[in-house]
Amino acid sequence: MADHIVRAFDTDLDTLSRGVAELGGLAESMTTRAIEALVRQSPTMANEVIALDARLDALQQELEEKAVLTIARRQPMAVDLRAVIAAIRVTHDLERIGDLAKNICKRVLAITGLVQTPKLVKGVEHLSQLVLTQLKDVLDAYVERDAEKALAVWEHDENVDALYTSLFRELLTYMMEDPRNIGVCAHLLFCAKNIERMGDHATNVAENVYYLVTGAKLQAERVKADTTSLEKPMSAT
Amino acid sequence: MVAATEQGTPSPPMRRWRDSAAAGALVATLVIACALALSGAPFVLPVLIGAIVTAFAALVRPRAEHRIAAERARSHETARAGIQAVMSGIADPVVVLDSQGNVTMFNSQAKVAMPQLVIGRSFSFAVRSPEVVGAVESVLRDGTVAETEFHEKVPVERSFEVRATPVRIDAALGADASGAIEIVMLFRDVTAARRLERMRADFVANASHELRTPLASLYGFIETIEGPAKNDPSAQARFLAIMREQARRMSRLIDDLLSLSRIELKEHVQPTEEVRLDSVLSEVVDTLTPLAQECRTKIEVDGLNRVLVTGDRDELIRVFENLIENAVKYGQSGGRVEVSIADAERAVSVTVRDYGPGIAPEHLPRLTERFYRVDVVESRQKGGTGLGLALVKHILNRHKARLLVRSELGAGATFEVVFPKSAPEAST
Ligand SMILES: Nc1ncnc2c1ncn2[C@@H]1O[C@H](COP(=O)(O)OP(=O)(O)O)[C@@H](O)[C@H]1O
Ligand SMILES: [Mg+2]
Repeated sequence: MADHIVRAFDTDLDTLSRGVAELGGLAESMTTRAIEALVRQSPTMANEVIALDARLDALQQELEEKAVLTIARRQPMAVDLRAVIAAIRVTHDLERIGDLAKNICKRVLAITGLVQTPKLVKGVEHLSQLVLTQLKDVLDAYVERDAEKALAVWEHDENVDALYTSLFRELLTYMMEDPRNIGVCAHLLFCAKNIERMGDHATNVAENVYYLVTGAKLQAERVKADTTSLEKPMSAT
Repeated sequence: MVAATEQGTPSPPMRRWRDSAAAGALVATLVIACALALSGAPFVLPVLIGAIVTAFAALVRPRAEHRIAAERARSHETARAGIQAVMSGIADPVVVLDSQGNVTMFNSQAKVAMPQLVIGRSFSFAVRSPEVVGAVESVLRDGTVAETEFHEKVPVERSFEVRATPVRIDAALGADASGAIEIVMLFRDVTAARRLERMRADFVANASHELRTPLASLYGFIETIEGPAKNDPSAQARFLAIMREQARRMSRLIDDLLSLSRIELKEHVQPTEEVRLDSVLSEVVDTLTPLAQECRTKIEVDGLNRVLVTGDRDELIRVFENLIENAVKYGQSGGRVEVSIADAERAVSVTVRDYGPGIAPEHLPRLTERFYRVDVVESRQKGGTGLGLALVKHILNRHKARLLVRSELGAGATFEVVFPKSAPEAST
């Protein structure tokens, strides 16, 4: 009988993890498509992504309810409790990533047809690939329960910040060079900011995966790397 | 796979044998009882014999049934193993899921394409793309075939056509007549085709954009030579020299764009050769020595012991050519460039260090973007195309290697290539 309960609980946990993975897949897909909409200047794609956000929200709420029910019914302890709590927290971050993707798409609708030089979006695309890699790695770390991989994602966030800073300067330069660029560049700056924040959410997920696997918290105060020694990780452009 | 399930179903003859054994026992009882009754033997004997025969028949049935069940389970296993064997002979990734969407079988191609596959775990742990998750759900709900595409953007772009087909393997094997639905997921890698489509567009866009400027200036010189400089041989000679340099740059640009396209096309396929990194480096250094002398720079090489990495020799030559050439060209004020290999437990790394002006931090994360140059004029003067480090990055991506750049303004730059030694690691 006890064995039966344990197995039912494992199934609950498995269903939960699976739901989180699927939610992550949706957030990844929305982000990828939002960037594609931006690069290709496609309002159709942008609208598709905007429409997907409702599904993401619904899925997130469903998962959260499932998680709460699991706690109420099974009263899990230790690592199991951590798994349920981590799942709840991770779904929140994924839901925020979806919101940010939606926001990028709204900006795509605003600037479609106004981006004259492809050079302008190239940097934003590069940033997005770094963040998508972070997101993929952290979701892989989640399904594999791999604390080391999560830690790597957490550490690589500084690369995202560095790239964002560089991009910020570049876009400002364009705005100063030619006032006609100001409108588009301002939207692109906000897109870049949104992507950078997606990176922060990926980092939050990394913290939760680390907590779930080890029970320990990643140091909240990040050791600031000196800007003179930047690690440049690979990312496709 | 259909063939395999049919071969692996020996149960109908088995069932016939069992039935005939039972029938035989009954018939024998009747025959013996009749014979004894006719021959007028005493009453006890037929009853006794009848009892023995019945008991025998009763014993035979359950024992045979037990054996049959075991045998059927075994043959069911064998049949599944047969399916697995057939799957391993299919060049495309194949995964079989049970009615819960959990993985029950896959072939080695599938494991390569989807490293997170684990038997008994949900398929969503390996592929979480909403299109694929949706296809699995729809097959389980409607019991009909679902087709979709699956794209992955990072770490390297990949695309698959996916076909999810409902099957009833257990029912076909006769193990469980009500046999639950299972799903055969067949993946067809269409990465190359998709890339080709996109790259043709990219190539045309990049080439036309980048060639327009030098072409316009060529026309300018031609007009000058035909017009104002018509009778000025010394000006003509000067312009022709510039035009030659422009033309050289244009053809280099086309070469670089083509190399980049070729690499991008196969970026998702990891190389398999074993390459001696030390010999790659000494070859590159030899080729670049004349350029170094021209720039009054010395290339110092350190630690060139035999080191093997898995890779493509020609591509690795391109990588180090680009890095060392950059160090010599942009760092020539430092007068020397150091190249070294370190063979550590977890990785082999090659470092190219110069003592030139260095690179400001805001440029560091951008260097590998196509056409990104810290100083466009300087790069042009030095015959650069702005594609060198983009090419380096794509080649290293394909090798699952990493590029680390460290620099401080005024203190030179260090480019380090790290080849991880551990089992294939999908990303950084
Ligand atoms: N060792 C170095 N020192 C300083 N700047 C460098 C160095 N290597 C590369 N760079 C900068 O990076 C830019 C991009 O390099 P690359 O992609 O090889 O293009 P190219 O050399 O054709 O300009 C160069 O234009 C240069 O500004
Ligand atoms: Mg170069």
